[in-house]
Amino acid sequence: MRRAILILVPYLWLLALFLVPFLIVLKISLSDAELSIPPYTPKLDLTAGWAGIKEFLAGLDFENFEFLTTDDLYWKAYLSSLQIAVISTVMSLLVGYPIAYGMANAPDHWRPTLMMLVILPFWTSFLIRVYSWMGILSTEGYLNQLLIGMGLISEPLTILNTNTAVYIGIVYTYLPFMILPVYSALERMDASLLEAAEDLGCSRITAFWLVTVPLSRNGIIAGCFLVFIPAIGEFVIPSLLGGSRTLMIGKVLWEEFFNNRDWPVASTVAVILLLILIIPIILFQRNEQKQREAEG
Amino acid sequence: MGQTEFEPWNDPQAKPLIQFRGVTKRFGDFTAIDNQSFDIFEQEFFALLGPSGCGKTTMMRMLAGFETPTEGTILLGGQDIAPIPPNRRAVNMMFQSYALFPHLTVWENIAFGLKRDRLDKESIKARVAEMLKLTRLEQFASRKPHQISGGQRQRVALARSLAKAPKLLLLDEPLGALDAKLRQDTQFELMDIQEKTGTTFVIVTHDQEEAMTVASRVAVMDHGRIVQADTPARIYEQPNSVYVADFIGEVTIIDGTATPEGDGYEITHAEGLPPLFVKTDKSFARGQACHLAIRPEKVAISAEKPDGRRNMLRGRILDIAYLGNISTYLVELPNGKIVKAQTANTRRLANRPFTWEDEVWLSWSDTAAVLLEG
Ligand SMILES: Nc1ncnc2c1ncn2[C@@H]1O[C@H](COP(=O)(O)OP(=O)(O)OP(=O)(O)O)[C@@H](O)[C@H]1O
Ligand SMILES: [Mg+2]
Repeated sequence: MRRAILILVPYLWLLALFLVPFLIVLKISLSDAELSIPPYTPKLDLTAGWAGIKEFLAGLDFENFEFLTTDDLYWKAYLSSLQIAVISTVMSLLVGYPIAYGMANAPDHWRPTLMMLVILPFWTSFLIRVYSWMGILSTEGYLNQLLIGMGLISEPLTILNTNTAVYIGIVYTYLPFMILPVYSALERMDASLLEAAEDLGCSRITAFWLVTVPLSRNGIIAGCFLVFIPAIGEFVIPSLLGGSRTLMIGKVLWEEFFNNRDWPVASTVAVILLLILIIPIILFQRNEQKQREAEG
Repeated sequence: MGQTEFEPWNDPQAKPLIQFRGVTKRFGDFTAIDNQSFDIFEQEFFALLGPSGCGKTTMMRMLAGFETPTEGTILLGGQDIAPIPPNRRAVNMMFQSYALFPHLTVWENIAFGLKRDRLDKESIKARVAEMLKLTRLEQFASRKPHQISGGQRQRVALARSLAKAPKLLLLDEPLGALDAKLRQDTQFELMDIQEKTGTTFVIVTHDQEEAMTVASRVAVMDHGRIVQADTPARIYEQPNSVYVADFIGEVTIIDGTATPEGDGYEITHAEGLPPLFVKTDKSFARGQACHLAIRPEKVAISAEKPDGRRNMLRGRILDIAYLGNISTYLVELPNGKIVKAQTANTRRLANRPFTWEDEVWLSWSDTAAVLLEG
């Protein structure tokens, strides 16, 4: 009985916080836009009883999904988000792996401090940190001042309001999500494995590729998903750091919702995004599961 | 060992494979190896024996290249090995912790070193198959290390280190997790491999019997020092210190003072008991404190007073340890000292001549005991 309750609690939690909102969004995506409050139709009228439910169900259709295929703005936004998320993920890995590696190989008494430094940015509001990047990257920003001051460039670089700024923003924001799982994988690794590899004739570099990388594989995969999944739906970073030509699905969704007040189309965009994300989320879960099994 | 004496350490012409020259290793201010100089010769089976933490693994790690001596040099074939990285040394090590690659199968673990040598596929396959057969791991070839038992893991580690047939093989407690039968078989396998390939082995073990069985020489270590390095027989029969005598096998140590007498010494050890006699080449001053070490199997036990022995003591049986083939008697002398005596159980247990509380005579020959300095 206690067991059943223990299992039930997280499921109820998921039901309340994930499944119910999702069903609501799904329902709205099947509705039609209308000038009213809330701005869609049909609305479920339970006072009318069975007939009301019937009428409600008859009002639902896939028009909005069809609509998304007619306007190439949407699939372009999905593709572009995908591209930005993939590139950001790869860059996060390239930046995060060496940091995690350095942390895992640092003397024991340093590690808590280094860990602290990685987590520290979370203590400041995300929005403020993105705003400060605007200050750094803008034409008159600190970066340009520094580079001009050092005489490296004469004209200020245009970084803010380009995709580059979006990449910088995403990599910066999600870097800890890459570092922490990779670090935890590397830290768990037994140092004598590298010695064994060297003993058997590997150079340090070969030993890194043949032993360290495969053994941190699960950390890498976890880190990549943890960056990729939020990055693809990212809204704040592209709207603050990106330019008018930065196309991301998060931004499109925002505009549909708040500028056009077209809740059904916005919901459709969200549902499709979720369907796209379900694949990597399932893969991620499978990876975690496999890792747990391997560790017995 | 074999028919012809293999004793290169007695041959001044013989060139050692490994030479430790004043090697000291410190970790911070802790001295793990203390100014050691010794040689290991080609085709030797050199066993390191000693209590936990005495520096055996550290010695191995310096040979493999994972630690550099704080002072002194190690020569391999006359060449200082300090600048040679581990992957360029013709040395393979079996790690005490096994250090198996968890992401690779048993087969891939064993093949790992061979692949680094860029051997062709067929010879790698053949060699791995050979190693799997040797260590009886054929059915486990495709398992990962976490899917096999501790003893099987140890065999994988052994197979992996043997696979490359190195000039020098370092085995850090290679057989500890194996059952007695498999351990004995593997010991013979190791000796066989050694005979066939001429590989030099340095082996760490906690098992004296194992050291005695396989080793050409045994080095007994204590606190970063080799106390004695000698053939198993000499280590056993002529230990150079109480520490070695006590560490290897069973022994009774009787403290006393030496008085020269004929070709040996008379040892006064207890008031009211007759002195003991030891024939020895060693020299002691009159009245010098010394220790007499006597192995239990050299002590005869009898109900009647034996004739014609200079070393005779009377005592009472305190305890009997029955070990199957032999029995060890703990005999208490009138002064409370306990002497161990061992007899082979040639008769059935029921016919055992002595039992608890029996008064018995202990005796041994003039040459049976070893006299050691205090
Ligand atoms: N990296 C290190 N840093 C500090 N001390 C060390 C280090 N490696 C070994 N020691 C110390 O050196 C001593 C010898 O260690 P070593 O591993 O050689 O012992 P051992 O004889 O192999 O023991 P065991 O039989 O338990 O394996 C120990 O006291 C150990 O604590
Ligand atoms: Mg050890």
